[in-house]
Amino acid sequence: MPLTASSKRLAQRRARILKERAIEAVLFLAALVSVFTTVGIVYILVKESVVFFQQVSIVRFLTDTQWTPLFDDQHFGIIVLLSGTLTSSAVALAIAIPLGTIIAIYLSEFAPFKVREIAKPFLELLGGVPTIVYGFFALLFVTPILQWFYPELPGFNLLAAGIVMGIMIIPYVSSISEDAMRAVPMSLREGSYALGATRFQTAVKVVVPAAFSGIASAYILGISRAVGETMILAVSAGMQPNLTFNPLEPAATITAFIVQVALGDLPHGSVGYQTIFAAGLTLMLFTLVCNIAGHVLRKRFREAY
Amino acid sequence: MAYARDLTAIRKLIASHKRWDLVFAVTGVLALMIGVLTFTALFVDMAIDGVPRLSWDFFTNFPSRRAGQAGILSAWVGSCLVMLVTAFFAVPLGVGAGLYLEEYAPKNWVTDIIEINITNLAGVPSIVYGLLALGLFVYQFGFGQSILSAGLTLALLILPVVIVATREAIRSIPIGIREGAYALGATQWQVCKDHIVPYSAAGILTGIIIGMARAIGETAPIITIGALTFIAFLPPSPVTSEPPFLNFEWLTSPFTVMPIQMFNWTSRPEAAFLQNAAAAGFVLVLMTLAMNGFAIWLRYRLRKNIKW
Repeated sequence: MPLTASSKRLAQRRARILKERAIEAVLFLAALVSVFTTVGIVYILVKESVVFFQQVSIVRFLTDTQWTPLFDDQHFGIIVLLSGTLTSSAVALAIAIPLGTIIAIYLSEFAPFKVREIAKPFLELLGGVPTIVYGFFALLFVTPILQWFYPELPGFNLLAAGIVMGIMIIPYVSSISEDAMRAVPMSLREGSYALGATRFQTAVKVVVPAAFSGIASAYILGISRAVGETMILAVSAGMQPNLTFNPLEPAATITAFIVQVALGDLPHGSVGYQTIFAAGLTLMLFTLVCNIAGHVLRKRFREAY
Repeated sequence: MAYARDLTAIRKLIASHKRWDLVFAVTGVLALMIGVLTFTALFVDMAIDGVPRLSWDFFTNFPSRRAGQAGILSAWVGSCLVMLVTAFFAVPLGVGAGLYLEEYAPKNWVTDIIEINITNLAGVPSIVYGLLALGLFVYQFGFGQSILSAGLTLALLILPVVIVATREAIRSIPIGIREGAYALGATQWQVCKDHIVPYSAAGILTGIIIGMARAIGETAPIITIGALTFIAFLPPSPVTSEPPFLNFEWLTSPFTVMPIQMFNWTSRPEAAFLQNAAAAGFVLVLMTLAMNGFAIWLRYRLRKNIKW
């Protein structure tokens, strides 16, 4: 009976199409999870911060010069924590950006094939070491060495934490910068060599400007890593809030404060509990500003080949 | 002879420019050496302080108030269980999302948003994921300060890593493979299931291992959700001797993980505990090195062997 056979085949076909659609929908949902994550982060941070700012005015949050949310005499001056974050990040970036850029230029333009094959995986391993281990290293290895040169340095300080953080960030900066430089077409280098330029001149005056938008995103990633780094600072920079821009002093950062509160047992819903969300929101806004700045930079300096 | 004078001047100029090449090459090697030296110092420092503490007892003892008897039993068991949950969620979600974005996604604003979003998530500080988990998993969903909450948090954290690796692996498969399969009447899902996923499996595995290595060393988000630092018991065993042989009580159990145990010991003033911290750190570094090293080796082999 040809009629039933064809209708059977039609039903099969319909079932098959339905199954295809269902699978596509499931995969789409998997892709949407990342969007839900962002929405969830913004929702939770804003929700808890709104409750916080009903009790503490934004003006006080931004202008107070003391940070004592866990004392009886409560002060909520985020600038105190921000100073620690900015100082340690500045130290880290002062190390990571020059060294990361030099390594990237070296590996992309100078290094023989063999050196690159060994150095790249090695840098990757350096970036894979857990940050708590770096923290231990900063506290018990780097600080004693620094104290050797400068005996008054306290056991907890932003300098050692910043230096170790900078070394941790080098692989992020160098690998993205190097990828950007290697993406610059060979013809540009050949043109430069044909005009008599040396390797160094070609690297600095041709390759780096051409890859600038990629290098800028490497720097931006480095900045967000430094600002958001937690364990190195919690372990080796101390947890004492301190309004200072001197890297030789101990100071708590935004992230270290969150760890400190989370380690204690503050009741869910108290002001102390909500401060960590306000602190987290500040951190999030800071990295957002960096990302937007990076986006603008990339757009402006984008070179298409 | 003006000509000869010019020639020597030019030669001098070239020599001085070439010197800069040499100077920079040396600077580059030195910069690399700073990385190598730091890593060596870190590894040796951990080994000198920690290796004497490593013994069978160190792995089979619970943490203790007496440094000499303290061990990392609850920490490594907790780490393993958390990783199990992380892999259970991150692998299917990450591979599914990567597959969707490479093979299915139409070019429209929804896809654009998903892609931009994944790039941005990779730059979000890990402690912010901890705050998300504290607000959402621990309190909103009521999972508590449990292995489930921790595993889910780390799964979200490494999701971008898995997605990016999956996409890169899929993108390297030539279009001809897909066309061949379609020409034989395969549906889109059949192409994915029988061709795309198997051919990209090794690349995807590399991404998963790198992601897991990152998750195993993450401390901040797990502290934020409120993992305890002193746990002297094990979660209920996931496997039981009676049917149905599986037990899910461990998911809601309190726990600690290796990096938190290390942090706890690091923040104590006694030197004996610092030795324990070094020993735990040494184990942790070895674990992440082994995982990352395996992933790098896998990728290297892949690049060498596959010729489409």
